[in-house]
Amino acid sequence: MSDYLILSKITKVYPAPEGPAIIVQDFNLSIKKGEFVCLIGHSGCGKSTVLSMIAGLNEITRGGIILAGRELVGPGPDRGIVFQAPCLLPWMTVLENVMLGVNQVFYTAARQERRQIAEYYLSVVGLADALHKKPVELSQGMRQRVGIARAFALSPKLLLLDEPFGMLDSLTRFELQQVLLDLWRKDQKTALMVTHHVDEALFLADRIVMMTNGPAAEVGDILEVRFLRPRNRKEVMEHPDYYRLREQLIAFLESQTRREAVSTPVSAEDPDAQNKPEPQPWSLKAAGSAASLAVRGR
Amino acid sequence: MITNRRSEFKLDWLILPLLGAVFVLLLWQIASTMWSKDLPGPLRTWNASKPYLVKPFEKRGELDQGILRFAWYSLLLVAKGYAIALLIGTPIGFMLGLSKFFAKSFDPIVQILRPVSPLAWLPLGLVLFQKSQPAAVFTIAICAMWPTVLNTAVGVRSIPQDYLNVARVLKLSRSKTLFKVLIPATLPYMFTGFRLSLGIAWLVIVAAEMLTGSPGVGGFLWQEYNALIYEHIILCILTIGVIGFILDRLMSLVERRFKS
Repeated sequence: MSDYLILSKITKVYPAPEGPAIIVQDFNLSIKKGEFVCLIGHSGCGKSTVLSMIAGLNEITRGGIILAGRELVGPGPDRGIVFQAPCLLPWMTVLENVMLGVNQVFYTAARQERRQIAEYYLSVVGLADALHKKPVELSQGMRQRVGIARAFALSPKLLLLDEPFGMLDSLTRFELQQVLLDLWRKDQKTALMVTHHVDEALFLADRIVMMTNGPAAEVGDILEVRFLRPRNRKEVMEHPDYYRLREQLIAFLESQTRREAVSTPVSAEDPDAQNKPEPQPWSLKAAGSAASLAVRGR
Repeated sequence: MITNRRSEFKLDWLILPLLGAVFVLLLWQIASTMWSKDLPGPLRTWNASKPYLVKPFEKRGELDQGILRFAWYSLLLVAKGYAIALLIGTPIGFMLGLSKFFAKSFDPIVQILRPVSPLAWLPLGLVLFQKSQPAAVFTIAICAMWPTVLNTAVGVRSIPQDYLNVARVLKLSRSKTLFKVLIPATLPYMFTGFRLSLGIAWLVIVAAEMLTGSPGVGGFLWQEYNALIYEHIILCILTIGVIGFILDRLMSLVERRFKS
């Protein structure tokens, strides 16, 4: 399958009094259609900046983004976004919040149809009984369910998730990861999610992109995760490869911390080499062995 | 703790304000008997005001009407001026909040016109409109506008970026963004402005009526001063206070609905 989303040498520079601050430099990434990719890295490393540049909410200083064969300019409803805070409009009911986007995307459909779309996604995330409630009446987890339903209801080409479960307790987090995964499989979406949770990334992703620490953050490494789908949390965690993959992720993150501690300059590795599926020997090994144990596919 | 317990007893909400009122009435009585013979005491004021209070809507003559009838004239005038103030002030507030260019251009002028007294605007209104009533409406509108303008501008500027992002991501049209996002998000601030504006409008009407001599509470007050019936001055002051208080309460009820 060809690449569906292509980030080509994305760079973000903010002008600052003491010289321009490079947040992200030459960030390259390609995502295939239907793939679930997690972006992992330390807080403040620029992963959210990358996501908001794809969302069009943050201008790209250099480089370009191609989605489904067309270059992206500015924000648009072809990318469904789930923010860290649910970002619901508090004066609207749950249904109205979802309808706001649905009306915008499916403006040719009949009123009744649009309402059905919104109601369908809200019921899939388990909010069939809360359609006419206001966001203040809902728990944090339920609000984030609305956020997920709103993103999927737009029938977007790409899902962008910015630490969507960051503010939730771990039980709710597990529940919502399952809700997200089910919807993603059902709708066959392409998803890019920012997280700093190693276990979350391993449970959800096909590939985990590890980002180096900023300034001038870039792709540090890519880890293939080939657990069988549909995934079951227990099976994933008991998989013989699980802890080795987890170790690799943590080792990477720790090496980034150390690197920051001694504050050595950012190593300028060849970005093209990093972008290939198996850039490092250990990564290749991990991917290969996981693949031999699990048949990939959905 | 002890003082707390002593100040909180049954019916304190009723008895304590009554105590306060009795205290002020006593001071008033003392002032009128010992200090200024021209100041009518509470009892004299009550007796002289009785016909105006008992039949508040009676019209005995052009200059001799029930106090609520006078208040009604004033309220009608206030309503006109206030409506104009909101209709002009709210869009200006939105412009100031939305456009940096607009804010930079007009904020200095707003800041200069804002502290101008109603007494200064009224002659200009008379010059512009030649008649006392439109001049009063003009003065009310231009004086009452500023809290609405400034609060709306602050409200627009403090809309969370999250809400604006929702509008951007969904590519809402300008009018949809305005009516579905900007206005609902600004409403609580707008209503604070509306409430303050109403307070000012009510302050201005009395001054405007006194200067133009048009019928109303303020006009009545001035006329009775000239007629040396000082009891009625106090009646007017109390009426103005009570109505202002009621207006403020009504507005804060509406305001609270939007703040929740």
